[in-house]
This record gives sequence, C-alpha cells and structure tokens, in this order.
Amino acid sequence: MKKNTIFTISAIVVLFLFLLYASHNFSAYNIRILNNVAIFLILAASYNLINGVTGQFSLEPNGFAAIGAYTAAILTLTPAQKSAMFIITPMVPWLQSVHMAFLPALIVAGLVTAFVGFILGFPVFRVRGDYLAIVTLGFGLTIRVVSNNTISITNGALGLKGIGNYTTLWWSWGWAVLAMIVIMRLINSEYGRAMKAVRDDEDAAIAMGINTFRVKMTAFVTSAFFEGVAGGLLAHLITTISPTLFTFFFTFNLLIIIVIGGLGSMTGTAIATVLVIWGSELLRFVEQPMHIFSLTIPGIPGMRMVIFAILLIIIMIFARDGLMGQKEFSWDSFFKFFKKNKKLAK
Amino acid sequence: MNITIILQQLVNGLSLGSLYGLIAIGYTMVYGVIRLINFAHGDIMMVGTYFALFAATTFLLPWWAAFIVAIALAALLGVFIDKVAYKPLRNASRISSLITAIGVSFLLENLFLVLFGGVPRAFKIPQVFSGVVHLNGVIIPIIALITPIVAIVCLLLLMQILQHTKYGIAMRALSLDMETTRIMGANVDAIIAFVFAIGSALAAIGGIFWALRYPSINPLMGIMPGLKAFAAAVLGGIGSVPGAALGGFIIGITEILVVAFLPSLAGYKDAFAFLLLIFVLLFKPTGIMGEDLEKGRF
Repeated sequence: MKKNTIFTISAIVVLFLFLLYASHNFSAYNIRILNNVAIFLILAASYNLINGVTGQFSLEPNGFAAIGAYTAAILTLTPAQKSAMFIITPMVPWLQSVHMAFLPALIVAGLVTAFVGFILGFPVFRVRGDYLAIVTLGFGLTIRVVSNNTISITNGALGLKGIGNYTTLWWSWGWAVLAMIVIMRLINSEYGRAMKAVRDDEDAAIAMGINTFRVKMTAFVTSAFFEGVAGGLLAHLITTISPTLFTFFFTFNLLIIIVIGGLGSMTGTAIATVLVIWGSELLRFVEQPMHIFSLTIPGIPGMRMVIFAILLIIIMIFARDGLMGQKEFSWDSFFKFFKKNKKLAK
Repeated sequence: MNITIILQQLVNGLSLGSLYGLIAIGYTMVYGVIRLINFAHGDIMMVGTYFALFAATTFLLPWWAAFIVAIALAALLGVFIDKVAYKPLRNASRISSLITAIGVSFLLENLFLVLFGGVPRAFKIPQVFSGVVHLNGVIIPIIALITPIVAIVCLLLLMQILQHTKYGIAMRALSLDMETTRIMGANVDAIIAFVFAIGSALAAIGGIFWALRYPSINPLMGIMPGLKAFAAAVLGGIGSVPGAALGGFIIGITEILVVAFLPSLAGYKDAFAFLLLIFVLLFKPTGIMGEDLEKGRF
C-alpha cells in the first residue's frame, strides 16, 4: 500500500473518531450544522465536478436535488402516511404502495436523478457556454413547476411531511466521504484529464480525439447521482419538503461555495463548504435585533443573502481564483510545506 | 369557441408579448455587444417599477413624470451596474462575467427584499390606463391596447437610432468586432454604457407596463418575465432587435393561448417558455432572425 493511501485512510479514521465524539457531546444544533456541512459538501463537490473541472457552467443542482429528495422521501414514507397526506388528489397507486428502507431509497434516488441527468444531457450539451447556463436554469425551474403541479405524485405545493428523521452524522458523512473519494478518483483518472482538457480548450480536446460529449456526460451523470443522494439525505434531515425549498436560492448557495473555494478544486470546495455553512450560521446575528449600549438596531431578515451576493461579486472581480484556484491538496505538498518551514526556522 | 373569445385572447397575448419583447431587446443588445447574458436585466425591470411607485406615491409626482423619472433612473442604474460589476471583467472569461451577473441579480433582489419587504405592494394605476373598450362585443382593457403601441414605438425609435445615428452605427460595429472599433477611434466604453442605458430604460418601460397590467409588485417580480424574455431573445435570434420583439410576441401569444384553451396545462405555463427554448436551441440555435451566433448584428 502506498504511503499516501495510508495517510488518507488515517485522516478518514480521524474524521470518524471526531464524528463519534461529536455525536455524543455536541448539541443538537451543532450536529445539525455538521449534517448540513456534509450534505452541502456532496452537493458542492458534484456541482464543482461539472462546473469547475469540466468547465460546463450549469445551474441545475436545485432540480437534481429536488428529484432526489422527492424520490427518496416517497420511497421511505409508509403507505399509511401517504394516504393520510394526499388529501387533495390521491397518490398514484403503485407509488402509494411502494416502501423501502433508507439506504436502498437513497440509492434509487441517486439512480433516478442520474437517469434524468442522462436524458437531459442530450439536448443540453448541444449548446456551449452561457446558453448552457440558461437552459439548465430553465430545467431547475421546470422541475419546480412540475413538482408543484403533479399533485398525485408530489402532493403539489403542500409538499411532503413527516419524512423519517434518518439522516445521522454517519449517513451524511459516510456519503460525503464516499462522494469525495469517487469524485477525486474520477478526476485523477483518464476521464478526469479529459474533463480538464475540455474545460481548458474544447476545440483542442476535440482535435486530440477526445469524445467531448461522452466526457461531459460522465461528469454530468456522476454529479447528478450524488446530487440526488444528497437531496435524499436533505429530505430525511429536515423531514419536510416542498417545491419552494428547491428554488434558485438553493443553486446560488452552491455556486457561492464553489466560487469561494475555487472553480475546479475539490479541496477548495471542502474548505469553502465549511466556511459558508458555518459562516452563514455565524452571520445570523445580522438578522436579529442588536443591542449596543442603550441603542437597539432591529434585525434585518434576508441581510445574509445581500452579504453573500456582494461577496460573490467582489470575489469575481478581485480574486477570481477563490481560495485554491485549481490546486488540490496532496500529502506530498503538505509535507514539503512543513519541511520548508522547518528549514526556515533553522 | 367563438371568434370574439379568440380575438380577445389574441389582443391579450399581443399585449403580454410586447412586454416580453421590450425586456428581450435589452438582453439581445447587451449580448450582441459584450456577449454577456445580463442576468440582472429582469431585476432592473423590477427596480424600475419600484422607482415609478415611489416617484408617484412618496414624491407625489404626476404619473407621466413618475414614469419618466423611473425610466431615467433605471437607465442610470444599468450604466452604474456595468461600470462597477461588468467593466472590470471585460477581458476575463465569459463565465466570470456571467457569475458576476448572477451575483448582481441576487444582490438587487435581496437588497429590495431587505429594504421593502416581500409583501406585494399595490401599484396605483392612473385613470388614463384603466377602463375598457368595447369593440364588436370584444372587451379589451385600454392597457392591452396601449402596451403593443408603446412597444412598437420603442422598437421603431430604437431601429432609427441603430441605423441612422453615429452611436447606433458604432454599436453595430462594436457587435461585429470590439477591437477594430476601438482602433477606429470609437469610445468603446461609452458605447457599451449607452447600450446598457437603452436596455435598462426599455426594461423599466416593460416593468411599468407590467405593473399596470398586474398591479401588485414585489422584489422577485422580475425573475420570471426576465427568464421568459431571455427565451424570447434566443427564439428571435440573439443579437437581433426585431427578432427579440418577434420572439416576445410569439412567447406571449402562445402562453396566453395555451392557458385560455388548455386550462389543464395552465399550471405549467412558466415551464413552457423553457421547453420552447430547448426546442429552438436543438433545431435552430440561431433563432428565427439570427444568422450566426458568433457574428454580431442588430
């Protein structure tokens, strides 16, 4: 076994030891934040795979997450719960009777989303650049309109309630680690190098004999699978889903994560996910009333989104590379960095 | 299904379509010149509507003065956004400017949510625009008649500017080749600013007439019309001003007709423009009046 693999495995072990500690000692609020970080890590990493690594700027994660969330939720809800919930229009019979455990439900959610991504890929990858952004934005919106209107499947605007609270730290971080490993291995494979070639110069990649459509599709379907799973995890964390959850706001949060981390860097994405999720919890104070001496400043709800929007513009103008640019963390450079510091200390 | 209902729906669709068209022109012009999908365009329309509301209610201006002030302020806002957010990125990758545009759009929406709240506000309709006309049994609101006229007047004015003024010629040159235009001595930044001013002014006109049609405004009102107008611009052939207007009319009329004659599909009307967009991009990516995406023209 290579030395670096042992380091990676021990890092994962350390992470899970930390989670073991956290699950016993952290407050429910902090565990919730940790769960959110894991789910958004899956979402942002798979979003960065298509946007940053393959360079296909798209805006569809809200649609994919919605599909995953609805699929997983419908599968884990019991038939009795469903018949109690669908009061306006009864549910489609075969969906009404289906019932699954959590893990198979998540996998089915991922597969269904990946399949939708596969079908969507055909029209979408006929266009390049900014058109792709608009078409995928339209897809996310269409999914929301559809979930609002197919009342016999999604219960329309009422949404689904009483979804089992199954997402524990183990589930969310287990999937997050799995997603990171799969995505990192994909990036470092032959396919990954082809993805970067497509990003850097699509015409040159075609000239080199790369089947760019297949490369884009691989990235897109992989990304769809994990976004679907993450959607399922999210549904079983917050236990209530409705179409309003999956608006463009959802995609915007992911966009800001991958832009801060650096388009194309998974390491950056991981750091930025922690920063953004944790930061937006810390920033809650701007939305609550503040007391400075005898002065009371009323809280301004929505102020956090204003701050994030300004942050996004400033990063794009002044620091387009984000935290990591396209660089990745590696053990070799990690140790080299420390050796260098030691030398300097001497 | 008689002829009066069809006629009534047609007029209705024509008036909605002319709104989409007015907004689409701004998209198409900005895209034609700097190859940027200005995501914030729909939000400039929203801001323009708020300007008109405040000019009329807070500053108690007569409606026509309020509209003119709002349109002028929206044009200034467009120029300001270009100066602050897009100009520093002129030489960066197109994706960078696109992300910035998404940021600007989000900033405007959320800033207005913070400042004025999400509760819809009533837009006061001036006496002139309320009321209906009876025409052979067809009942047509006056506003549905005025809107297409305003749109067509704006379009004709704009075509005059583009074809016969120095600025218009410079704009067309710019859309063909920015560097050469710069070498020829044209002030490229000023021309781009002018394009933003025109586009934003038209968006504000669209927004005001939108509010006269649906007199309840909120900070997120610009999203859907903005997206549909973009679909209209692509349908008409992005970069082509008459194409944008035509695309707007087509999308507006189909939307109204679908809702009127297939009420079971009414819930899907917001998704409809996008299906049309995907369809156009699949089979005729240059749109109806566009020639080549990489060649500019108006």
